[in-house]
Amino acid sequence: MNTQYENYSAAAEVGAVRKRRSRLERIWIDLKKAPLSAWFGMIVVFAYMVVALFAPLIAPYGEAEVFPEANAAWSSQFIFGTDQIGRDMLSRLIYGARNTMGIALMTTLLSFLIGGSLGLIAAISRGWLDQLLSRSVDVLMAIPSLIFALMLLSIFGSTVTNLVIIIALLDSTRVFRLTRSVAVNVVVMDYVEAAKLRGEGLGWIMRKELLPNIMPPLVAEFGLRFSFVFLTIAALSFLGVGIQPPTADWGSMVRDNANLIQFAGIDFRIGLTPLLPAAAIALLTVAVNFVVDWFLHKTSGIRDEH
Amino acid sequence: MDADEMNNNQSGAAAGDVLLEMRDVHIEGFSDEQWHPIIKGVDITLKRGEIMGLIGESGAGKSTLGLAAMGFARPGCRITKGTIRFDNQELTELPKKNKRELWGTRIAYVAQSAAASFNPAHRLIDQTVEAANRSQIRPVAESRSDAIDLFKALQLPSPDTIGSRYPHQVSGGQLQRVMTAMAMSPRPDLIIFDEPTTALDVTTQVEVLASMRKIVEEFHTAAIYITHDLAVVAQMADFIKVLRYGDEVEEAPTRSMLSAPQQEYTKSLWSVRDFEKPEEQGDDVVLSLDGIDAAYGKTKVLHDINISLTRGKTVAVVGESGSGKSTAARVITGLLPPGKGQVVFNGEALPRELKGRSKEQLQRIQMIYQMADTAMNPRQTVGQIIGRPLDFYLGLTGAAQEKRVLELLKMIELDESFIDRLPSELSGGQKQRICIARALAAEPEIIICDEVTSALDQIVQEGILKLLLSLQKEFGISYLFITHDIATVKAISDEIVVMFQGKVVEQGLKSEILNPPYPEYTKLLLSSVPEMDPDWLTNLLSERA
Amino acid sequence: MSVCVSLDVWSKSLHPVLSTVLKRLGLGLITLFVVSAIIFSSISLLPGDFGEAVLGQAATEDTVAAFRKELGLDKPAVTRYFEWVGSVLRGDLGTSFSGRAASGVNRARSVVELVKPRLQNTLFLAGVTAIIAVPLALILGLAAALYRNSYFDRTVNVTTLTTIAMPEFFVAYILILFFSSLLPWFPSLANVSAETPFWERLYKISLPAITLTLVIMAHMMRMTRAAIINLLASDYIEMARLKGASRREVILKHALPNAWAPIATVIAFNLAFLVVGVVVVEVVFVYPGIGQLMVDAVTSRDIPVVQACALIFAGTYILLNLLADVIGIVSNPRLLHPR
Repeated sequence: MNTQYENYSAAAEVGAVRKRRSRLERIWIDLKKAPLSAWFGMIVVFAYMVVALFAPLIAPYGEAEVFPEANAAWSSQFIFGTDQIGRDMLSRLIYGARNTMGIALMTTLLSFLIGGSLGLIAAISRGWLDQLLSRSVDVLMAIPSLIFALMLLSIFGSTVTNLVIIIALLDSTRVFRLTRSVAVNVVVMDYVEAAKLRGEGLGWIMRKELLPNIMPPLVAEFGLRFSFVFLTIAALSFLGVGIQPPTADWGSMVRDNANLIQFAGIDFRIGLTPLLPAAAIALLTVAVNFVVDWFLHKTSGIRDEH
Repeated sequence: MDADEMNNNQSGAAAGDVLLEMRDVHIEGFSDEQWHPIIKGVDITLKRGEIMGLIGESGAGKSTLGLAAMGFARPGCRITKGTIRFDNQELTELPKKNKRELWGTRIAYVAQSAAASFNPAHRLIDQTVEAANRSQIRPVAESRSDAIDLFKALQLPSPDTIGSRYPHQVSGGQLQRVMTAMAMSPRPDLIIFDEPTTALDVTTQVEVLASMRKIVEEFHTAAIYITHDLAVVAQMADFIKVLRYGDEVEEAPTRSMLSAPQQEYTKSLWSVRDFEKPEEQGDDVVLSLDGIDAAYGKTKVLHDINISLTRGKTVAVVGESGSGKSTAARVITGLLPPGKGQVVFNGEALPRELKGRSKEQLQRIQMIYQMADTAMNPRQTVGQIIGRPLDFYLGLTGAAQEKRVLELLKMIELDESFIDRLPSELSGGQKQRICIARALAAEPEIIICDEVTSALDQIVQEGILKLLLSLQKEFGISYLFITHDIATVKAISDEIVVMFQGKVVEQGLKSEILNPPYPEYTKLLLSSVPEMDPDWLTNLLSERA
Repeated sequence: MSVCVSLDVWSKSLHPVLSTVLKRLGLGLITLFVVSAIIFSSISLLPGDFGEAVLGQAATEDTVAAFRKELGLDKPAVTRYFEWVGSVLRGDLGTSFSGRAASGVNRARSVVELVKPRLQNTLFLAGVTAIIAVPLALILGLAAALYRNSYFDRTVNVTTLTTIAMPEFFVAYILILFFSSLLPWFPSLANVSAETPFWERLYKISLPAITLTLVIMAHMMRMTRAAIINLLASDYIEMARLKGASRREVILKHALPNAWAPIATVIAFNLAFLVVGVVVVEVVFVYPGIGQLMVDAVTSRDIPVVQACALIFAGTYILLNLLADVIGIVSNPRLLHPR
């Protein structure tokens, strides 16, 4: 045996060694490579968050402050005019960011809490519990969620709490499905079996072996679910069964000012007024989708390398 | 129909002409946002009717080069430099349309995974004659009867009707032969075989190799035979080219290459096969499987299995896929409770299920897996992976744990810089070493090794086997070594268990099992393992006939 | 799940395709059954005082009691459920809550009477949209897959991503702003009635149909593209290329026969999506469809109408998914030609 290849493997063997970098460096490198659409998305999301957090400081007037002139034209006093009962459009748009986004965020968090934990438990335990949960979710998903939400709201009434709970429950079915299917792929990995053979408990396996490895798809899904929930709430408010007045909310603002659109021929800017809250909704969901699209592309690319 | 007659409709070019000439071929692949070289200037000259063996380890660029011989680059690859002349046409400059006229008709390709390479929606015979019909090499009506003749020549069962089946209805070995028929149907000048038998069991491999060699000889087709297995290529090729990291190492006629390899790298490839541990008889039984039956659902996979393992020794469990060898491991670890019988460890029956076993019992039996990739959590560092059993079983934390991790790293011949690497930053061999260290950390009496070397290149395999043996000597660990590879068995075992269809055929010392007299199945299995002798297949076939 | 068990026994003697299809149909039936139970039980969840809410504050105890009796609230829930299922199967969806007065005078109309013309309108709108959107989206999705990573593909990617993320009413109002307010090409109100002639009807629903088309096309194109690209990555497609098949042959002969299942899923998913999207669009354009009926009923808490609408939507949804699954089963060679 020649000695030249005797110690080939040990430390000298080159694996797919990537340059060692700190986490911050990696994030920065990823960001530099991010496409324009992702940058656009991130900046928009950041801006929305700032507006939502500091709404009272930014808004020129109060959320429910009524001025004598209803449907006022755009002017220096009311930059986007006033609404159908004389409230400043811009201020309501700013407060709307806070209300609509806040409610959507709460709903999404709740649905992930429910769907995510049930999905993980189903994936690890398998057996009858998994069957029971999966079959129930199948049935719940057989009803379109907007229709289901409409029905439940008609019974329980349109309050913010009901809205959050109903939509979160309906949406958690989708989170459950995703979490379960991703986790099932990880559960069959040998390292999970190795942990079981070592004698590790359910808690360790969930926290240390499963969660870190299913984070990327879950994070992406969080973005998608958030924009979906956001759109559902906007649609419900637009239909008049979502967030109720006088709370400023983009969906109902579109509905309340919709008839102004027919005056676009006379004053284009007045015609634009109902589109402003709609555009605010669209801009945010488009931005979130751009970020998620890039994130998915990036994380799936890493998977290709292996 | 006579084979020569079948060959007559081929253009009557003289044997000995140069068919394929590749000069200074460079190919790059795109990954991690940039282009990397895969092939760095390789030459190939292949005459009509000649068979070239192309061998190398994973990542050597064999498949890429084989496809380049067709003028084809996979998506994400590009041919950057060099010339590829096939029958006086320059493939690198030929328009795609003209290349398509060559592909499948004059140059055919046989892929590794037949099951994935057949279209699930079409019948086998339609796929077999597709290329021949497109090029109208013979009347469409004759293609089918010709395909059936080819099926016959390839010794496929019921050749008249097998073509009307769908891919999923036929076994892997048969599919591989149908794919050879598909390649042969338009009577190409050149066939590229890309690891065509790698996914098959040894006993099936012999049949497929024999029929492929026969048909290629009959039609005097030139071929490039790509494989990582020296013994296989020795049966097929006239001359062999060795490839490493995209460069040619050496090229020589098969016989002289086998008897006198010139380069150090080639020699090391050859010598791997010679490594063998002297057997030792053990006396102190540490683990035994007594009359085990086991089933997945209603399918019974183990029938009354008896295996025993002595302290500080290695028992190799060998068998083909579906023989139940991995299931036996699952029964020992408690993942699959047996239907009948018991697992006795140090004189005590182990609880049937994992849940019933004590920490102490779990600690004493450790496991190493085939795919080191999936056996390590990709989000944990080497230090965390090895450190966890130290904490869990031995209560070692903090500095004491780190000290022990470094000692373990030293034992597996890796230095301390590895402690904070992630699995993705390790090579295949290094990954498997970390898995060994993790098993070692628990201070076990038994380690179950499930095909631990079969995903690795041969040189790396040898390093891992030697490491396992030296650890055995030092700590007196017993190995239950599951494998399908006879060379590995020779290298590492003291005793051998042969399994077939869920039953133990025999158990005994290595010298007893590997020498006559054999039970029938053992004989078939052992005689099917290719040897580094160009005449092995020929002799075997005449022996069996 | 006893149905499944008995189906298992059957399936031994049947062709695998037939038994799989039957199993799937059985599952669909069970789902529909459970869904109807959920929709039905919603009425039991109503707060106790809803009788007064429907009939008004001045309702006497007698009229409230009579109303409760009419709804059958005095009987056990299981009996009521089967009575309800029975009448639904006979085409009787109950009586609307609206039109009732505290005095006991009952001018309420039957739900079927309310739903039927509305359903026809919705099916008309959805049908027109599907006829435009499905072929267009499939062709464009296929093209994007074929020429992936080209400028065409990238443009399609960004555009569809944007469209998907937009609320339907935003798309609708932009269309109204430009093609109704600024350029008076199309009407912004799609107020059709039973007497509206076909071509005028078509003209009136042009904006809602375009809105829906834009929304579901984006989804469908992305999904078609993904489904085809998934297929094109398989080994047998590379093999087809290496056998000299042209791009056309690869797609038509080798990819398409394996693509029916994913394509059917894409179409079914998007038609189901259309069913939901129709609600918002109908409200924007004041189109007298079933979506708007449901929203009105939700606002006035007219539970029988809500139930009927929910049942129709859910039924359509389940049926479409069932159809896609059946196409997937029937086009699967592994099931068609068992070992």
